[in-house]
Amino acid sequence: MESTTIKSNFKSEEYFINMGPQHPATHGVLRLLLTIDGEIIKKVEPDLGYIHRSIEKMCERDSYQQIVHLTDRMDYLSANINNEAVCLCVEKALELEVPERVRVIRTIIGELTRISSHCLWWGVMGMDVGALTTFFYGFRDREMLNDIFEETCGARLTMNYNVPGGLMFDIHPNFVSRVKEFIAHFKTKIPEYDRLLTENVIFQKRTKGVGILSREDAISFGASGPVARGSGYSCDVRKYHPYSALDQVDFNEPLRTEGDTFARYSVRIEEMWESLSIVEQLIDNIPEGEYRVPTKAVIKLPKGEYYQKVETARGELGVYIISTGTKSPYRLKFRSPGFSNLSLLNHIAVGGKIGDLVATMATLDLVIPDIDR
Amino acid sequence: MIIGLSITRDIHDWLYGAMPEWAASLTEMVLIALVYLGIFAVAGLFLVLLERRIAAWFQQRLGPNRVGFQGLLQTMADALKLLSKELTGTTKADTFLYNLAPYFVIISSLMALSVFPFTREFQAFDINIGLFFLIAVSSIGVIGILLGGWGSNNKYALIGAMRSGVQTISYELSVGLSLLTMVLLTGTLQLSQIVEVQKSGWLIVQGHIPAIVAFMIFMISGTAETNRAPFDMVEAESELGAGFHTEYSGMKFAYFFLAEFINMFIICAIATTVFFGAWLSPFGITESIPLLGVFWFLLKTLMLVFLMMWFRWTFPRLRIDQLLTLEWKYLLPMNLVNIVIMAVMVWLNLTIKF
Repeated sequence: MESTTIKSNFKSEEYFINMGPQHPATHGVLRLLLTIDGEIIKKVEPDLGYIHRSIEKMCERDSYQQIVHLTDRMDYLSANINNEAVCLCVEKALELEVPERVRVIRTIIGELTRISSHCLWWGVMGMDVGALTTFFYGFRDREMLNDIFEETCGARLTMNYNVPGGLMFDIHPNFVSRVKEFIAHFKTKIPEYDRLLTENVIFQKRTKGVGILSREDAISFGASGPVARGSGYSCDVRKYHPYSALDQVDFNEPLRTEGDTFARYSVRIEEMWESLSIVEQLIDNIPEGEYRVPTKAVIKLPKGEYYQKVETARGELGVYIISTGTKSPYRLKFRSPGFSNLSLLNHIAVGGKIGDLVATMATLDLVIPDIDR
Repeated sequence: MIIGLSITRDIHDWLYGAMPEWAASLTEMVLIALVYLGIFAVAGLFLVLLERRIAAWFQQRLGPNRVGFQGLLQTMADALKLLSKELTGTTKADTFLYNLAPYFVIISSLMALSVFPFTREFQAFDINIGLFFLIAVSSIGVIGILLGGWGSNNKYALIGAMRSGVQTISYELSVGLSLLTMVLLTGTLQLSQIVEVQKSGWLIVQGHIPAIVAFMIFMISGTAETNRAPFDMVEAESELGAGFHTEYSGMKFAYFFLAEFINMFIICAIATTVFFGAWLSPFGITESIPLLGVFWFLLKTLMLVFLMMWFRWTFPRLRIDQLLTLEWKYLLPMNLVNIVIMAVMVWLNLTIKF
């Protein structure tokens, strides 16, 4: 009797802790229900819905031009790529050929958006593992891109630059020179990122061998983007289903086989180099021509189902439109990369420490509005 | 109490002339306590500002530069704001412990500050176990952190407090042992005597290689002991929100915050005293002006403070198990070997003396 009391007194108990919806590491209003034993994570349950705005339902009400504006508010860090996805899908349905100039500009802006998104991710990644300075370095370089976007279309984050049939405006006369300036600047900055964070011993110890995701699991959880490529699963939509001007450029798909947090990190750093090279190949060869094909004021898609996928900074974004021939879709479904990437969090974080969870979550690069929509 | 500067001597004589001895010494104690409280507050506020400006410099920002000349009054303004804020608390918290915690932290820092030899004979009390007193008193602070974490009735605070307990107990060993290495050279724990020994060369020169190793271990474990990045497990903001002081607001929070900066100052001041000759000027260039000792002491300390800030704004944070591995598997064995080397060196008289 006596001994059992002592035993139960000293039993180590699992306890429950609420991470979020207001927590610095969840980068938004994600709520994680953690079951912890001391510092070791036993279970992670994401609880979604805190920023659900029923975007898909709103799409059923709006015209196709209006839908483009809604997509900005999903994954706001790759807003332009989301816009492009919807426009490409609508153009596919209308069998509309956009001018070469539009295709090239879309690709350039898309890759710049990817760089800007990765810059922010890199800053936040550093902050999550405790190196606060990276945040400001990432934002410094992102600022140059935001200025370019602002000059081009008037908005810095939610750009709405694409419309079905082309672009909202032509590019600014300064665009080419400013992008070149940025390329020259950023080429000196990625090595700086490496010196500050990648090569740091503490950072490598924190990320190597942590949150390992095998290739099989990456495929079965439907992971995409840098998360899947960090596990050796080649899945770049830009390679396999090139859209816009991506078939004209030569670029590599960075792949890592380790599947740990550091692999996902390095894939993103290499992606920045690749995006830079894509922009570099295209920036001198923007063809002359129209920046927009005129479309009808009210776009009505022919009856049928249409699907278009693009590679956002986070992975594969799919737009699936079912049209009944009216001015708005009967049903529109977004296949967002963040949702499937979040679903594997429990799988890879269990068994790690709280610090590991935060580092792992940072390399999943979650944008919560993209998950909740 | 030894106070050698002439103005304090005058006050001392006047007090003893004007009132009975017990009243005079009581008044003197209160006066000295007030002076140290003043030093404490000013140093804390200045260090907060310094940290913010240095962080801004590292991060390509401007930092606070609007309130007063170059933002000198910014932290005053912040302190006033914190004073006027509501003191919130949690329900079902252990109110007594919750309220007690900040005072433990602040008192331990304040007590430790009193033994430093800022310049010749400018020392509130010079006890013969000075170094031991410093180590003992500065580790009282962790009790405050543990109480705060426990009393808050918040799981994040509790995790932070437990981490702090583990961390301080581990790194206390390295702090103590690395200082002990230097005590082998000085042969005394009294801080004024340690300074006296260094008149024939700062200890880091006297003890050369083992002293440099001891200094490096001391700075690493000192950073860990003050819970600063890269060892800020206690308040790892991306993991635990604000850690042990999550539930504190207003002036109680400010106490924790100030104490952190004072602790950093204390660690650097210990390093200055033990390794870099406290108030002694390099090559004795200002030997004849004792007041300049304060300048040298603060200069050396602030350079070490800068080093610690440099750590903080460059390195990522360690994980809790890596933190313990570093201490128990690397620093501690290195430290023990280092002590033996130092002992052999002192025995064979291999020290460098001028």
